[in-house]
Amino acid sequence: MSETSIDIRALNLFYGDFQALTDIHLSIPARQITALIGPSGCGKSTLLRVFNRMNDLIDGVRVTGEVVINGKNIFAPGIDLLSLREKVGMVFQRPNPFPLTVYENIVFGLAVHRLARRNEYADIVEQALRSVLLWDDLKERLHHSALTLSLEQQQRLCIARVLPLKPQILLMDEPCSALDPSATLHIEDLMRELKKDYTIVIVTHNMHQASRASDRTGFLYLGKLIEFDDTVTIFTKPAQTMTENYISGRFG
Amino acid sequence: MDPRRSQKIAFAVLLLATLLVVLPVVVILAIIVAKGASAISWDFLFSMPREGMSAGGILPAILGTLYLVLGAVIFAVPLGVMAAIYLVEYSSDNRMSRLVKLAIVNLAGVPSVVYGLFGLGIFVTFFGFGASILSGSLTLGIMILPVIITSSREALESVPKHFRTVSLSLGASRWQTIRHSVLPHALPGILTGMILGLGRAAGETAPILFTVAAFYLPRLPQSVFDQSMALPYHLYVISTQVPGIAENVRYGTALVLLTLVLLLNLAAIVLRSRFRRKKKW
Ligand SMILES: Nc1ncnc2c1ncn2[C@@H]1O[C@H](COP(=O)(O)OP(=O)(O)OP(=O)(O)O)[C@@H](O)[C@H]1O
Ligand SMILES: [Mg+2]
Repeated sequence: MSETSIDIRALNLFYGDFQALTDIHLSIPARQITALIGPSGCGKSTLLRVFNRMNDLIDGVRVTGEVVINGKNIFAPGIDLLSLREKVGMVFQRPNPFPLTVYENIVFGLAVHRLARRNEYADIVEQALRSVLLWDDLKERLHHSALTLSLEQQQRLCIARVLPLKPQILLMDEPCSALDPSATLHIEDLMRELKKDYTIVIVTHNMHQASRASDRTGFLYLGKLIEFDDTVTIFTKPAQTMTENYISGRFG
Repeated sequence: MDPRRSQKIAFAVLLLATLLVVLPVVVILAIIVAKGASAISWDFLFSMPREGMSAGGILPAILGTLYLVLGAVIFAVPLGVMAAIYLVEYSSDNRMSRLVKLAIVNLAGVPSVVYGLFGLGIFVTFFGFGASILSGSLTLGIMILPVIITSSREALESVPKHFRTVSLSLGASRWQTIRHSVLPHALPGILTGMILGLGRAAGETAPILFTVAAFYLPRLPQSVFDQSMALPYHLYVISTQVPGIAENVRYGTALVLLTLVLLLNLAAIVLRSRFRRKKKW
């Protein structure tokens, strides 16, 4: 049994009166890629935002149950949100670099958490860009606006932006949905590269992506976790007929 | 109607409307320059008034207005921006914040003479600052607060939401997010509000009437507790209260006031375009 990175126990989440997640139990393994799939509105993004508590920004959200990361329930009173988010990085659906230079985008987190001296920044920037295979393309353009990059480069930069914080977990919400097919494959390669060091949880609408890129897959439907298993099992002989219907495209 | 014809008519009407807006500005400027330019001289700009203002210069009024405007901006911009930040970034939409917003809108509609009376009551009398640059600046500052708050709020609200989300997701605190991911991008809009406020503070007479303005004071203020002359009030005085002032002196004073406002605006606009060039999205 591999090491567990995120342990979710009896999780319920409400937006006001609406229950978006119901009684979720789930153990997300460390240094593997876990995919969350399911039809639109089933709660994938909501579940992902639980792990770095970004749902806190939404008025009227209420959570019950436990989510344990590093042995600590992140919903326990006294949890430091800022260091939680340092440890749990997030990549969004649309590439969204700050309208700053490439360099400034990467050092943003460092400056915020005062993690390094200024004279170490250059090395850290290089390392981060190397990890996302952008260094050779961008080493001459570090001080150009990040908005001049291609969409794929921007999304890589957004991944690079969280790396200097040395997160343990990377959350990715449909990170390829704004990218073309070849860029999508490149990002998937990158994810396989990154999983050596990071636990990755990815939300995707793309069944092929889930089956190609992930080790474990969870299928959500109407806020419930219907099935969670090895990706191969889910895509070859799922235990639930609902899962089978979904992956074979019979609904959703 | 034939679309080509209606297009022509629409174009002509819109152009006419635009010209009608520009026309008065041009005419006013032309008249002021034509009638006032002959009064402008080194002596006029940089010396004290003499002989009951019928001779000499307007230096104390120029400096007085500069001090008042600067004082108003120094007071109102930080306060207004902080209030706007609170309203946009921190307060949720509850009865209290709606009340505050309503108050700000209403404050913008208060006639300037009411601000003058308010300043007299509060700063001159209650706080005992007397008729002074301090009282005048604070009064003008309160007068321009609404425009500064309103434009700062709009500037903050126009910063894309994902700047905040991303910044927070990287573990930045609310304040760090505001300070580094929101404010820099709102700065041009905030400066626009400052420009509008500047012009208004420089030009108003009523708020300074009871709070600072001296009728005739041929020396420079020594501290913020001194009274001072100011251009708009001086203009009012020499145009209506003191007989026998040469016409070109009156128009010359107006010209100086106008130029001063334009220069202040220009400085702020240059500053703003600096920030615009640096921050783009
Ligand atoms: N801020 C919110 N306030 C109220 N309800 C919300 C909010 N965000 C999401 N919901 C609701 O919660 C449910 C789950 O939403 P969520 O965005 O997590 O779905 P999703 O699986 O990510 O969908 P998609 O595939 O379209 O991104 C939906 O029914 C949605 O309408
Ligand atoms: Mg979603």
